[in-house]
Amino acid sequence: MSSETASPAAPKKTPLFDAHLAAGGKMVDFGGWHMPVQYSGILEEHHAVRNTLGVFDISHMGEVFINGPEAGKWLNELLTNNVDRLGLGECQYSFLLNEEGGVIDDLLVYRLEKSEYLLVVNASMIEEDVAWMQKHLRTGVTLENRSDEFAGIAVQGPRAAQLFDRFFEGKISRPARNEIQRYQADCTPVLIARTGYTGEDGFELFFKADCADTIWKAILEKGADLGIKPCGLGARDTLRLEMCYPLNGSDLSPQHTPIEAGMSFFVDLEKPAFIGRSKLVQQREGGVQHRLVPFKMKGKTPPPRPHYRVFKNGEPIAETTSGTVSPTLGIGIGMAYVPAEFARINEEIEIEIRGRRFPATIEKKPLHKK
Amino acid sequence: MNIPDDLKYSETHEWVRLEGAQARVGITDHAQAELTDVVYVELPKIGAKVQAKAPAAVVESVKAAGDIYSPVTGTVVAVNEALENNPALVNTDPHGEGWIFVVALDAPEEVAQLKSAAEYQALLGE
Repeated sequence: MSSETASPAAPKKTPLFDAHLAAGGKMVDFGGWHMPVQYSGILEEHHAVRNTLGVFDISHMGEVFINGPEAGKWLNELLTNNVDRLGLGECQYSFLLNEEGGVIDDLLVYRLEKSEYLLVVNASMIEEDVAWMQKHLRTGVTLENRSDEFAGIAVQGPRAAQLFDRFFEGKISRPARNEIQRYQADCTPVLIARTGYTGEDGFELFFKADCADTIWKAILEKGADLGIKPCGLGARDTLRLEMCYPLNGSDLSPQHTPIEAGMSFFVDLEKPAFIGRSKLVQQREGGVQHRLVPFKMKGKTPPPRPHYRVFKNGEPIAETTSGTVSPTLGIGIGMAYVPAEFARINEEIEIEIRGRRFPATIEKKPLHKK
Repeated sequence: MNIPDDLKYSETHEWVRLEGAQARVGITDHAQAELTDVVYVELPKIGAKVQAKAPAAVVESVKAAGDIYSPVTGTVVAVNEALENNPALVNTDPHGEGWIFVVALDAPEEVAQLKSAAEYQALLGE
């Protein structure tokens, strides 16, 4: 057995760090944070989310509040999706791009009030995103990075609605899919969104960090007989990859646009101006050279991993951006940016694993269908 | 942690069971617990030459691939084909049904140089 080496830099701890250790969490450094990669095991946690319930610490994610009379207009010049489409309490997925149309970050925009928005951004990108936004800030807009004040917990799985009803005891009704609402808990105001990164029904809660332990424990207690399990980043990754949700830093990068990533649905090119737009318009008209596609291995193979070479007709054409074994399907799955000519459903490709090539096919999204 | 007395152990967390002029090899209970959820085992080929302390097989969990180092030098004479359909045997019975390969020993004295159960336990700091 080879052993893993730890990063020398000291990662940050979320307010649930001690709770993770107490629950047997195996901690790893993820984007500068001490996070549990798993507790009981990735497969068990994955199946809990698909069949019953799982709970994730998402306190490492960033919370950035945008306020002011010009907030919506400014966000529309900064992000690919159209915030004008958001009613109060609604949310949308969006991209922050560089001038060349490459992805800096993918994020969720929640419209809390007429001119107040919450952006939930990737943990490893908080500083970069905020610096980028500060650089483009203008009068009529204020930006507050409150990431350190906030804890986040995601409850995901088909029994999430049941848990919600128990947890809030009928004091508030469930938000609809992609909606957010407020609740005053004993120790903190809570923002509750019907969102997630697993493909299952679920809720994401954002609240004051010093109440994290209380809320985490209450969720586990009230969900115990529903089969709830604490879940780590390992299961989060297999769950999201089965749904073909891209992971920034792997499937999304400054070298690729959202169009290449197959995310045109979250890009509104009818908007007159936003950073990166001209490149996207050019790609819409002229086409793209590469497309991010999901693939499935054929039969029993070693699991594909990120950065494995992809072959077509004996020639290397790409590198995988993500790869794992799908616990639901029981076979290897992954994603890669392949030349546009091969980005077709049912196209046969090969993945090179330790010097041997194994057959795979390009598939339709998502890889896991209910 | 289960550390059977009748096995010998490597520093890289493989176990060896001496069976006459052959040695059966697997990964320890500690190793399988660290890996968790073994989803694939790449077995060596029968007839392959293996060197002590050199990679001989690969065990993959959901999250990562790890090399298995042969604790002994010799020729592979058997591999556990049951792992092809049920790699989780490495987790559920690491010292038994989860064995990985059997080596015909070139130098049987290598086995004596491996760690005893007590020495392996000390290595794990338990």
